[in-house]
Amino acid sequence: MTEQMTGAQALVRALEHVGVDTVFGIPGGAILPAYDPLYDSTKVRHVLVRHEQGAGHAAEGYAQATGRVGVCMATSGPGATNLVTPIADAYMDSVPIVAITGQVASPMIGTDAFQEADISGITMPITKHNFLVTQAEDIPRTIAEAFHIASTGRPGPVLVDIAKDALQATTTFSWPPVMQLPGYRPVTRPHSKQIREAARLMTEARRPVLYVGGGVHKAGASAELRELAELTGIPVVTTLMARGTFPDSHPQHMGMPGMHGTVSAVGALQQSDLLIALGTRFDDRVTGRLVSFAPNAKVIHADIDPAEISKNRHADVPIVGDCREVIGDLIAVVRGEQAAGRKGDYSEWWRILNGYKETYPLGYEQFADGSLAPQYVMERLSAIVGPEAYYVAGVGQHQMWAAQFVGYENPGTFINSGGAGTMGFAVPAAMGAKMGRPDATVWAIDGDGCFQMTNQELATCAIEGVPIKVAVIDNGSLGMVRQWQTLFYDERYSNTDLQQVRRIPDFVKLAEAYGCVGLRCERPEDVDATIRKAMEINDVPVVVDFVVHRDAMVWPMVAAGTSNDDIKYARDMAPKWESEE
Amino acid sequence: MSLHTLSVLVENKPGVLARVAALFSRRGFNIESLAVGPTEHDDISRMTIVVNVEALPLEQVTKQLNKLVNVIKIVELDSAQSVQRELMLLKVRTDAESRSHVLEVVNLFRARCVDVAPDAVTIEVTGTSDKLKAFVRVLEPYGIKELVQSGMVAIGRGARSITDRSLRALERSA
Repeated sequence: MTEQMTGAQALVRALEHVGVDTVFGIPGGAILPAYDPLYDSTKVRHVLVRHEQGAGHAAEGYAQATGRVGVCMATSGPGATNLVTPIADAYMDSVPIVAITGQVASPMIGTDAFQEADISGITMPITKHNFLVTQAEDIPRTIAEAFHIASTGRPGPVLVDIAKDALQATTTFSWPPVMQLPGYRPVTRPHSKQIREAARLMTEARRPVLYVGGGVHKAGASAELRELAELTGIPVVTTLMARGTFPDSHPQHMGMPGMHGTVSAVGALQQSDLLIALGTRFDDRVTGRLVSFAPNAKVIHADIDPAEISKNRHADVPIVGDCREVIGDLIAVVRGEQAAGRKGDYSEWWRILNGYKETYPLGYEQFADGSLAPQYVMERLSAIVGPEAYYVAGVGQHQMWAAQFVGYENPGTFINSGGAGTMGFAVPAAMGAKMGRPDATVWAIDGDGCFQMTNQELATCAIEGVPIKVAVIDNGSLGMVRQWQTLFYDERYSNTDLQQVRRIPDFVKLAEAYGCVGLRCERPEDVDATIRKAMEINDVPVVVDFVVHRDAMVWPMVAAGTSNDDIKYARDMAPKWESEE
Repeated sequence: MSLHTLSVLVENKPGVLARVAALFSRRGFNIESLAVGPTEHDDISRMTIVVNVEALPLEQVTKQLNKLVNVIKIVELDSAQSVQRELMLLKVRTDAESRSHVLEVVNLFRARCVDVAPDAVTIEVTGTSDKLKAFVRVLEPYGIKELVQSGMVAIGRGARSITDRSLRALERSA
């Protein structure tokens, strides 16, 4: 079926056809033609945000909560460049989003026209792919290709920049278009020989660990992961991007590895003789100093992106494939091995690991002056709100505490900015998550520094009826930077004091000004009642200002650039590894 | 470090060279030589990229290049199993006395004289990079006024073509 229409109408029609129901954005000159037919669409809801960065993070939150492609839209020039940070963020965390930007009319491109920016050039190194469209007839095919690329293989952001004259020109619309992507063929089926070799190593190993990254949940493989873990009895660590992919309450769960990981998780990796790395990329925040990372371990590395394999750490058994297929195939082969009487014996390993778990549980300092410990807030949030909710964190101390002290039982319920470390991620991403999962409770856990970067989206939440809840962990400073200043810069607090003693701004009043309910909590004894009150308000967004002690620190810690073996359990306190037998 | 020659088939679309170049600079890889041109198929261009890296980073280069959506195929061409050529144009100072000496060198190297002026000749020479270096060394004493050189192009020996299968993939998607 073909129909005559403008490029802009074709764009909206194409978005409807690929199943878009929500677009976050802000109109402007070059994208205006697209906003006119968008106004009439009954299938696509456009959410008018207050800053394009918010649109991008909202699209990320939507994508991570639903597993579908998130969409944001902006005009040319500054509208488009404001999307750069969320696009970079989505690239680092492999989040499927499509960003649609208006571009100046094609005869004006290259003339330094008003609001012109070469956004396809700018985003080249931070997108999975991008397009510059100058012909109306190319719009439907490009949209189909953009959504296909964003959502398949290793997911990621795709930008579609459309010249204004292409939006205005008349074209013939037909659907579905024929995609022209001869160079795009993601490999999802793992090689069976590699799977057999992996299974053999797993049986022979004495100290294996399942090192699980964000790719496992992205592949929808958390159930398969649990089956494999229970079948083999191998311990599991879940990275920052994988929190919830394996239940925290499971006895085989060792916790989160990395710079602020648990001693048991870091110790498991360091003393392992076999890492089974699934959908993870040996990030420096996990490995610490690379040469001393898991020095005695062989590595099985499965990832859908071949370029991740042996990028940082050599893989003895490389497996390219979708984690769901990889784990499924591993289960089948391991079952066969076990039926033939070959089963790994990890009892000595478990004795050591359980010792770490028992000796070095997560803990924190309580303050003698009766002020609030941020970790306590997390524990109570987790206990009262429960594991069915979504928790969306910004970046910094609060993010680490949210990763450590909230108990995650369900895949995808912890959403945060991992690779890029984008402050200001939480509020707009929580908005996007809530729009994607309107029936779920969504808590943004934010720091007072982060919160002040993007809190204008509270206006969007209030107006659009998106009742998120925000816990501002308010220590009056850029806490993570301050922690580094405490530890590595002789307590010289250069430019990390946000002057919250003066309450500028007053977050309760700020919340009210945005049409939200503002609450404040300053004492441990008030935490439960405050959280319960926030949970009772479901018609408007709620902001809770948790005023916490500014000297609270994130422990354990592996200082940047040092070995995981030098992990500190608390300041100047190192755990003792049980020596090799 | 060692030199490796990559033949990269890419879609003939605007911006593809920028993507490849940006990838090399972002990942910290060094391009030794680069040549881009059309192929026997209108929709495909071919880049010949010479990189100076160890084997392990080379694998990363190849994998990262493969991730570019517009890249269709990458083949590393072994120097023994392929023909490699560069083109050089150079302008050499000559007078009545030295011209015959220069032309003798041109003949020895199977180069060609493409332009003559009273005080200079312009020479075209093709060959491997070693041959071109030798050629320049021999002519240097006469005075080289100007020199321009292409990147290396290379093609595998024998009957097999690296474009065949890629063409089929292109046709399938069209």
